[in-house]
Amino acid sequence: MLRIMRNKLDAPVFTSPFLKPAGLALRSYSSSAKQMTVREALNSALDEEMSADHNVFLMGEEVGEYQGAYKVSKGLLQKFGPERVVDTPITEAGFTGIGVGAAFYGLRPVVEFMTFNFAMQAIDHIINSAAKTNYMSAGNINVPIVFRGPNGAAAGVGAQHSQCYAAWYGSCPGLKVLIPYSSEDARGLLKAAIRDPDPVVFLENELLYGEAFPVSAEVLDSRFCIPIGKAKIEREGKHVTITAFSKMVGFSLKAAETLAKDGIDAEVINLRSIRPLDRPTINASVRKTNRLVTVEEGFPQHGVGAEICASIVEDSFGYLDSPVERIAGADVPMPYAANLERMALPQVEDIISLENILKDVDENQGAPTSNEDQTPMMPLGVESNLGDAFHETETWQLNGASGLQVWEEVFW
Amino acid sequence: MACSATAQIIQPLSINSARSVDNSDACAKILNPSSFLVSTPRINKKLFSVNKSISPFARRSATVFAVSSDVVKEKKLKSNSSLSNLLITKEEGLELYEDMYLGRAFEDMCAQMYYRGKMFGFVHLYNGQEAVSTGFIKLLKKEDCVVSTYRDHVHSLSKGVPAREVMGELFGKTTGCCRGQGGSMHMFSKEHNVLGGFAFIGEGIPVATGAAFTSKYKREVLKEDCDEVTLAFFGDGTCNNGQFFECLNMAALWKLPIVFVVENNLWAIGMSHLRATSDPQIWKKGPAFGMPGVHVDGMDVLKVREVAKEAIGRARRGEGPTLVECETYRFRGHSLADPDELRDPAEKAHYATRDPITALKKYMAENKLAAEAELKVIEKKIDELVEDAVEFADKSPVPARSQLLENVFADPRGFGIGPDGKYRCEDPKFTQGTAHV
Repeated sequence: MLRIMRNKLDAPVFTSPFLKPAGLALRSYSSSAKQMTVREALNSALDEEMSADHNVFLMGEEVGEYQGAYKVSKGLLQKFGPERVVDTPITEAGFTGIGVGAAFYGLRPVVEFMTFNFAMQAIDHIINSAAKTNYMSAGNINVPIVFRGPNGAAAGVGAQHSQCYAAWYGSCPGLKVLIPYSSEDARGLLKAAIRDPDPVVFLENELLYGEAFPVSAEVLDSRFCIPIGKAKIEREGKHVTITAFSKMVGFSLKAAETLAKDGIDAEVINLRSIRPLDRPTINASVRKTNRLVTVEEGFPQHGVGAEICASIVEDSFGYLDSPVERIAGADVPMPYAANLERMALPQVEDIISLENILKDVDENQGAPTSNEDQTPMMPLGVESNLGDAFHETETWQLNGASGLQVWEEVFW
Repeated sequence: MACSATAQIIQPLSINSARSVDNSDACAKILNPSSFLVSTPRINKKLFSVNKSISPFARRSATVFAVSSDVVKEKKLKSNSSLSNLLITKEEGLELYEDMYLGRAFEDMCAQMYYRGKMFGFVHLYNGQEAVSTGFIKLLKKEDCVVSTYRDHVHSLSKGVPAREVMGELFGKTTGCCRGQGGSMHMFSKEHNVLGGFAFIGEGIPVATGAAFTSKYKREVLKEDCDEVTLAFFGDGTCNNGQFFECLNMAALWKLPIVFVVENNLWAIGMSHLRATSDPQIWKKGPAFGMPGVHVDGMDVLKVREVAKEAIGRARRGEGPTLVECETYRFRGHSLADPDELRDPAEKAHYATRDPITALKKYMAENKLAAEAELKVIEKKIDELVEDAVEFADKSPVPARSQLLENVFADPRGFGIGPDGKYRCEDPKFTQGTAHV
């Protein structure tokens, strides 16, 4: 999903990134690193929160005797018993509603969905009974519930098991939507979510469950929790801001390392919280770097990247040196074939190649290009070094020629 | 699932004999009275003997039976017995009468206000079904929960939400029970444990099941002394919805303290129950999931009350859920916007003769429980109450502009709770941006 970078006419002088020493921003960890997988992080968070507060209980399919469909709730049944780790029948609408009702009346349920695709059967309860109730009852009844489960694509599971719901839930007032990447994120955000008095949609990722990350002693403390609504800058940089969440953070970090060798210093922001979205952090970053690329796994239309782009345009338009770029999954239901699946999801190479294009633009400063391709709303053929197979989906220009003219009028 | 407690139920009226089957002509062939007997052979362990009523099946065709005379006749037979055999005491009778009359007067006032433009949006009125609400909810404690549908004004009133607050909510004023943010269809009250008010049919059933789950959890895990019961009210149309069956299953599976009350008024907007349902006898769906299914005449508050006593008692004792089908009727359309053209006027006329308020009035008069004058006093009091509610709501202010963005979250700024257990936004270091993230 790449766009052609339009050359700016009479662009202001831009210091070439080649003149700056290429440096890798070091990731800093608090102290000696203990490795913990995301699965262990989630399990320990659930364990500690259920021990601390007896109103917390876990409900879902296979969470008990099966030890969790992805083994996230391993050992919890043995520790807390079947009344607190409840195996449900396959009735998403029913048991989600039961969780919401229990939350209305005083308990703190954690409802697990085997994947968020199945949560669509229960989405009426997530939105209509959980998200809207505090508002509809004017604060009378709050809903301290957590809906958690894997979200987004796994490996070869097909169209009905691979959708990313960050954008859907992120558009609903009354919900908090959290999406961790590392073990530290997983632990801190899940603990924050369980303690939170409002409905939280907690989107995990199946492929990250087994990945190990270093965690500091502070993370392992039982009181540890991360604020909701605050993004984390995983890697500081100067030339371009990349926002990402979940698995894409890992890809963005890898891309940033490769780009650093070419002298492009990318700042990677791990969003952590889709709703409330940390607009101040993103805006501050863009005002520093002047370029923004949003990366997500979900469908492009009305996606998280679209919201971030709109937010930046509204708040930091003058600071942008080039239009915001979105990298998203292909605009198709997820195919099954492994090579097609790989093409349908953003890969590290896509992020790298986009930055290279940005770099190319900067190098060609002052050379006006013809504007024949600027008819609004026309599909563009996309130039890239990845080959045609990746770009079968059409790309639409975000700004038509009229947009460019307005920009010129304002700035020159 | 052997239950040792035998249900003692007083058979108020042995109507089986009195109501002759022959009158049901064509209907008898389709649904013979024996189908309304004890819910199922499996559950027929005498733990719950069913109070039956054979309804005149004015459903299949336009043939209508004037049954009220039967009903009243039965009650007349009763009046010969001594007072101790009556179902209700005088106080209870007056309480029931007052509650039903409040429901009726309130709903009639809503209609008036709607046509005057004071109320707007979707308003669904409960006229005719008061016996169900009063019969069940007047047996509850304050801690018990009620979950309803969009036809929830009277459920809220019966549960104890003041008429002023309900009227204020309907007018969209800030003095309403939800500060005007919920509306007719979303009545919530934490104090009186009214857990809504849901626009989607079937949505309230899992929520009610969840509240019942909480009661059981409190009792078994938190070891609190909790025997709270939840009532879920919903209609005949909902009984075809998947969530209904999911919850019957889970409630029976986990023996939750809940009573599923079906207000079968035969019509879902313009869709007749018989056109929508493969087996119209809803009470039968209970035994399929392992709980008793009971059918009762929902136009008779005393019968409803007897059945309710039994069902709520079962739930309180931890014996599990019950499905109660109340055969009732709504005198008005589905909502105030519904022209109500599809229902047969003869059917409406028939049920009008079975008005629950008039029936109770007659019962009380015949059994010398209350004089006409006493009832008139109550009626006057209620009329004044409703007038006062309207005046109050009329004078109340509309919500301030600042109210628009309030109450989206319980957490004031959305940053969650910190490690010290307090809201992070209250921590001055956090809001200054200096706190370590």
